Amino acid sequence: MNRYQTLYKKLVPFKKGCFIPFVILGDPSIDISLKIVDVLIENGADGLELGIPFSDPLADGKIIQKANLRAFSSGINVVKCLTMLHKIRKKYKTIPIGILSYANLIFQFGINNFYLKCSNINIDSILIADLPIEESYKFRQCAEINNISQVFICPPDAQQDLIEKISMYSTGYIYLLSRSGVTGTDQDIIIPPLNLINQLKRLTNIPIIQGFGISHPKQIKKIILSGVSGVICGSVIIQLIEHYWFDKKKLMEKIKNLSKSLHQSTQIVK
Amino acid sequence: MTLLNSYFGNFGGMYVPQILMPALYQLEEELVSSLKNPKFNIELSDLLNNYAGRPTPLTLCRNLTKGTNTRIYLKREDLLHGGAHKTNQVLGQALLAKKMKKNEIIAETGAGQHGVAAALSCALLNLKCRIYMGIKDIKRQKQNVFRMQLMGAKIIPVETGNGTLKDACNEALRDWSKNYANAHYMIGTAAGPHPYPTMVKEFQSIIGKETKSQILQQENCLPDAIIACVGGGSNAIGIFSSFMSDMSVDLIGVEPGGMGVHTEKHGAPLTHGDIGIFFGMKTKVMQTEEGQIKESWSISAGLDFPAVGPEHAWLNSIKRATYVSITDNEAICAFQNLSKLEGIIPALECSHALAYALKLMNNNPEKHQTLIVNISGRGDKDIETVKNFLKI
Repeated sequence: MNRYQTLYKKLVPFKKGCFIPFVILGDPSIDISLKIVDVLIENGADGLELGIPFSDPLADGKIIQKANLRAFSSGINVVKCLTMLHKIRKKYKTIPIGILSYANLIFQFGINNFYLKCSNINIDSILIADLPIEESYKFRQCAEINNISQVFICPPDAQQDLIEKISMYSTGYIYLLSRSGVTGTDQDIIIPPLNLINQLKRLTNIPIIQGFGISHPKQIKKIILSGVSGVICGSVIIQLIEHYWFDKKKLMEKIKNLSKSLHQSTQIVK
Repeated sequence: MTLLNSYFGNFGGMYVPQILMPALYQLEEELVSSLKNPKFNIELSDLLNNYAGRPTPLTLCRNLTKGTNTRIYLKREDLLHGGAHKTNQVLGQALLAKKMKKNEIIAETGAGQHGVAAALSCALLNLKCRIYMGIKDIKRQKQNVFRMQLMGAKIIPVETGNGTLKDACNEALRDWSKNYANAHYMIGTAAGPHPYPTMVKEFQSIIGKETKSQILQQENCLPDAIIACVGGGSNAIGIFSSFMSDMSVDLIGVEPGGMGVHTEKHGAPLTHGDIGIFFGMKTKVMQTEEGQIKESWSISAGLDFPAVGPEHAWLNSIKRATYVSITDNEAICAFQNLSKLEGIIPALECSHALAYALKLMNNNPEKHQTLIVNISGRGDKDIETVKNFLKI
């Protein structure tokens, strides 16, 4: 049983969802970034989704684009990201850790080499934002050989054949998109695509985790009640880093409070 | 499964967020069915001939080659409505958008030539148009910005990155991933995810077809070489397309060498880049060792792009086409020569191609050779840039 399944099994009897924060590795610096991960985990994170900074993150909105730039300014690179991931895994042995990246970084590292390194660090999953299923064969092969879950994104308007493919190829969890567009913080109520969730559930029993635009507790409650297994929240956390990166104490306090509140919103008993 | 091959050898593909795949499939399906539809072809031909002004002439240089045995012909895409070859393919894409019932067009532009073409096709066919343009390019292409606005397009300044074409492309893709249901992304060159490279080549192949028939009529033989500038590569692939199987014809693509390829301030991914995945395609890309995309550089905004269309990467890999680079200085010099000696002010983009043709001529003035240079656009937009460069 992989760490996602273990987490899911732990939460299901209590009809609870999981809260997975997303941050960019090295934002705003390597030390502060590691401390942010500690604070997130100490205050309710059930898993982690960690981004390796890329120069052209076309699936991301302005908040995460700026986070990438801050990380670059701190001198981050792929090798340093892997070192950070190694440190995080050594400290937190049971929590699921997923990587989010873009295809070119992995391609340049050597696809198998990258998956092998991640496997050695005990990374659970890899999601590549600009890699659709159609181009994923080599990546999936390397994921399988190295025992890493390859995660695919399910758009809210996915047609039947795509839903079937995602159910078949996405391992670890399925990243369900709240909406079209890029990452960001939405104030609107996100309506979970119920038909789609039910279709996915009929085809697979891996967790469905929803992301994009999720920034406040009301949204999260509605999402969890719709039957998904959890939420990924990135931009809303990263916005705090953007506002308070120069005041470490205040930043950690803000992240602590936000993390607690987002986590609590996932803990709904039906 | 795609209807057409999405790869050129190892290059091409569809490296986009999953959410965009249905929009790409829809576009491919519409392209394939429209190209088979006589009505579509008649409508496009009518627009090309009676609105855009095709065929464009093939002009023999009278003065530039004096004292040598070289004959240089210019394919005059600068005389096309809009001032550049870009008009050829936007008319095709705009018709496809209408057929897909998408009434909004998203475009990006560097030098503004594609922006102008997108704006004019949208004005003509009653489509809403928004164009992403880097702030650096907005500054260096003021005249084209105003032309686009006059034709009803909304210009969206892009401040991220270096404020050039690469950043505008990213923003346009972000917009499309939100609005694909009602909007068509009108990519300006033979690059990006499949089916764009194939589609743009198809619509630009008119340049090659006309050139072949014109040179056979005027010289009664094929040329020794076809020379075209390569940013994304649409004018080059368009003119190369009819000569691919004529092995006696050298196909030469000219990349922007900027301040010199040794300075890192250039835009020459084919000759000085590595294989990578960027802007939805696997191709040659200017990048760091770990795969971060580098900023490109060229005095010509239209060539200032760190990647290249995948078919060029393939033609380069199989050695069917040769790719070289020309510096800003050399391009400016060719720009001045053509203006002064032939009365034609070329765009800075194609001044690179012309500069290489002049190099071939000057390196071997005795050689009997016929060269065709694709003058892909006119240089009015670049006058300010050249003036500043020459400190006049």
